Amino acid sequence: MKPDTAPRANLPLPARMLLRDWRAGELRVLALALVIAVASVTSVAFFADRVWQALTREANQMLGADVLLMSDHPFAPDLRDEAARRGLARADGVSFVSMARAGEAAQLAGVKAVSTGYPLRGKLRIAPRLNAEDAETDAIPPPGTVWLDERLSAALGVKTGEQIELGNTRFTVGAVLTLEPDRGVSFFNIAPRLLMRLDDLAATGLIQTGSRASYQLYLAGARAAAAAYADWAKPKLGPGQRIESLGNARPEVRAGLDRAQQFLGLSAMLAVILAAVAIALSTRRYTQRHLDGYAVMRCFGALQGRLFALFSWEFVLLGLAACTAGCVLGYAGQALIARWLTDIVASSLPQPGWYPVLQGFAAGLLLLLGFALPPLLQLKNVPAIRVIRREVGAPRQSALAAYALGLGALAALLLWQAGEVKLGATVFGGFAAAFLVFWLASLGALRLFAVLGRAGSLSWRYGLANLRRRSRGNAVQIVALALGLTVLLLLTFIRGDLLESWRTKLPQDAPNRFVVNIQPDQLRPLAQFLAQNGVTAANSFPMVRARLTAINGRTIAAADFSDERAKRQIDREFNLSFMQTMPAGNQVTEGRWFTHEDFAQGAVSVEIWIAERLGIKLGDQLKFSGGGASVSVPVTSVRKLDWDSMRPNFFFITTPKALAEFPVSYMSTFRLAGADPLFTARLTQAFPNLTVIDVSAVMRQVNGILDQVIRAVEFVFLFALVAGVLVLYAALLSTQDERLQEAALMRALGASRAQVAGAQRAEFLALGLVAGVLASAGASAIGYVLAEHVFQFPWQFNAAIWFAGPLAGLACVGLNAWLGGRAALNHPPMLALREAS
Amino acid sequence: MIKAAGLSKVVPNGPSQLLILHEIDLAVMAGEAVAIVGASGSGKSTLLGLLAGLDTPSAGSVQLDGVELFALGEDGRAALRAQLLGFVFQSFQLLPALNALENVMLPLELAGARDAARRAAAMLERVGLGERLAHYPKYLSGGEQQRVALARAFVIEPKLLLADEPTGNLDADTGAAIIDLMFALNAAAGTTLVLVTHDDAIARRCQRQIRLAGGRIVA
Repeated sequence: MKPDTAPRANLPLPARMLLRDWRAGELRVLALALVIAVASVTSVAFFADRVWQALTREANQMLGADVLLMSDHPFAPDLRDEAARRGLARADGVSFVSMARAGEAAQLAGVKAVSTGYPLRGKLRIAPRLNAEDAETDAIPPPGTVWLDERLSAALGVKTGEQIELGNTRFTVGAVLTLEPDRGVSFFNIAPRLLMRLDDLAATGLIQTGSRASYQLYLAGARAAAAAYADWAKPKLGPGQRIESLGNARPEVRAGLDRAQQFLGLSAMLAVILAAVAIALSTRRYTQRHLDGYAVMRCFGALQGRLFALFSWEFVLLGLAACTAGCVLGYAGQALIARWLTDIVASSLPQPGWYPVLQGFAAGLLLLLGFALPPLLQLKNVPAIRVIRREVGAPRQSALAAYALGLGALAALLLWQAGEVKLGATVFGGFAAAFLVFWLASLGALRLFAVLGRAGSLSWRYGLANLRRRSRGNAVQIVALALGLTVLLLLTFIRGDLLESWRTKLPQDAPNRFVVNIQPDQLRPLAQFLAQNGVTAANSFPMVRARLTAINGRTIAAADFSDERAKRQIDREFNLSFMQTMPAGNQVTEGRWFTHEDFAQGAVSVEIWIAERLGIKLGDQLKFSGGGASVSVPVTSVRKLDWDSMRPNFFFITTPKALAEFPVSYMSTFRLAGADPLFTARLTQAFPNLTVIDVSAVMRQVNGILDQVIRAVEFVFLFALVAGVLVLYAALLSTQDERLQEAALMRALGASRAQVAGAQRAEFLALGLVAGVLASAGASAIGYVLAEHVFQFPWQFNAAIWFAGPLAGLACVGLNAWLGGRAALNHPPMLALREAS
Repeated sequence: MIKAAGLSKVVPNGPSQLLILHEIDLAVMAGEAVAIVGASGSGKSTLLGLLAGLDTPSAGSVQLDGVELFALGEDGRAALRAQLLGFVFQSFQLLPALNALENVMLPLELAGARDAARRAAAMLERVGLGERLAHYPKYLSGGEQQRVALARAFVIEPKLLLADEPTGNLDADTGAAIIDLMFALNAAAGTTLVLVTHDDAIARRCQRQIRLAGGRIVA
């Protein structure tokens, strides 16, 4: 036969070694594990990147644009020109408050005049008449036409097709506006909406020099171009101008996005952990099989450094090839999922960027370095004398020393993937603790089984004796199996619990109408009115409008703060409330809720977000002024709010007496079922001064985002689940050859097929059972920590997990026993023994 | 070619010390074939390991081709082996992931030879395995595996061949054939041979026998 090495002769030796090892099947399990690892990391990263981009775009719908510039005066032309130069789409808007009239009725309306193309992100929804089915539209009101929201239509008593007056002009009501994507945050300052086209605005004569109006410049386009434009524009903005971005968008949406990021990060981390386990097992097997080869090469005179470099390069080449394959597979996987889910996730997910590729390579190479380098370094210590005295191997390392680098690499990767220290540290800490506990528990269990195995049939005794004889190797396998199963159990059981808890954080019966401006003497009649109409009011909260004018005796102004949102808050009045007991959904993070002393002397509790932005600390003296009164009170607590709850939330809550001098009104919330659509109109007729705010549209929007996020997270979890099964399978295969040799030896010594199979069954049964029980314990513990301390959901005991764990463990090793047993029994004993020698 | 003086090897054995070799003095001339014989546990393989610099002695010295072996570090001794030595082992020590040709190519490749494939194929042809270049060790018989090992040892044209019980894992007929082949290759290359065996018949084919018992030279 002619040597077939000619085409490869020019390749460097590490590449030739890699090809030979590959062809001989030495690296397939390792490479497969690495490919699967990188594929799962990148597919999660690719998919997460696309979903995240889509979510960001969705969240941008809250702005109606990718970048939204706001100004209290018209924009200079250069801001528009630069946007055009950068290829960004543009729409303009002007908002102001004006009286709208229809016959005898007049109502203060929040007018918004927009140019064609508005909104650039998200859609307007309109209905042909009140209480009719609404639908999305790409249009804006035609010339001479306006769209009114439900409240304005009801207040003016107009129907579509009828006319209203605005300034000097008459307009036809073209539709009922049911949703603007960029509807403002504050529920308290919004007048009912009137939407018109910008071209019609001049004719109304409402905007004159010095008129109080807000100007919007909506811009959208490629992510990089939009971000670059925002960076360019920021320093050019003058007083009264600002850029709205996600960072200062609505807190309740931000909270949802933050949590989505946590879930996506968590699923990516699980893939990383699976990868680490598989790579550790595969390299362990590889190095054990190469001890002799290394000694022979040393015997031939190869220098230690040279051999180490050779093996290292071989692994680097393998790593690069596997990472490339993994990235391609990851990309294909996510593309397949995205395609499969087109109808559910989003009509068109944006293309992923290059970052996931970088992430995949970094993760793959870092895992390989962390888990392959220590065994390779150990290989370096194999003495050449092993060629003569086979019992001489590399000096044994403790498991901790061998995997210290790997664990370090894993910790770094987890922190990187999580993007947050607490979540990354919790998951790593959980798995590190599980690793340690699993290791000790499996050694203990093996010892116990060995004792139990002293009685029984030959197969049983032999199988269980094997457990003890190979206790380190078996413990490694139990730990790997248990970790893999832990992840699978977390994914199948705990994931559902966590997601369900999150979904139910937004209760289905949350209030959907807020009523503000209730005078103290209207509280009782209003309650009666609601009761007569079968509507139950939730809570009523007193509201006082006041400015924060001094902190610790020092008068403050917007210019004192760098944060844009803080500046705006200082310029405006806050809605303060006062109460005896802390409202639901609030949690004191610093200090304590009001005491008797506080009630007597006056005190204030501050929300954490505003406290951080305004630099308010516990003990600070805050002065509030408004309605001709002022009060100075100490801060006695800082509170965290549940922004997901859709409850009225207050930045400042004082003791009741502190605001006694201020004019007070009340707000109330209730849930209006769809059955009585004209209820709002009846309510405002009965109490003309009340403003009723319909938050159901806003809630629909928030719910829609949450649903999409949950689905996205579930799909990412599903992929990690598939990766987990594959990696687990690779881990089980890694002990195959050891058992093959043993079975061959037994067969050669005259054991029957039934005896060989029986011995393996006994061993696998014990392994599967121990791994399964440990996995159930691990998944329950990690789930508990995640629920209680990271995601802050109430934890519920799940009994099913304690059945599923051992069953899954038995199923896994059962599959392995079936495959391995068949291989062992069908493999000629002579061949296996020759391989072993 | 080889000069050993006062070579001793002591290893710890629980609380006591176990003497494996005791003050061995020996010299092997270039081109000479020497057999080291003795019963199991007499220290033959340990002596061979020390002569090759695979292990370090408790006392004494070894000169290989005029170079003081244990004055060199681990890598220095490896470099000297690459220059001078060929090995044949009792358990063949073929790399299972490499086929016959690649096993023979390996020492040439490690030495950076450019025509490794051609030279290895020619050597396998000489040992009668020209048709089995692509076979993996597990598909070769014991005798064939040892032929590959012989080809691997001779392909680098060593000055000194060290053979540790080369027939220890073979039946009598195959063993005899391997010994014939080894001596033929040795004669053709003019290589110095140090052969460890417990088989007196094989030992007698060498010019000189050194007999070990209890770690000492007894004859």
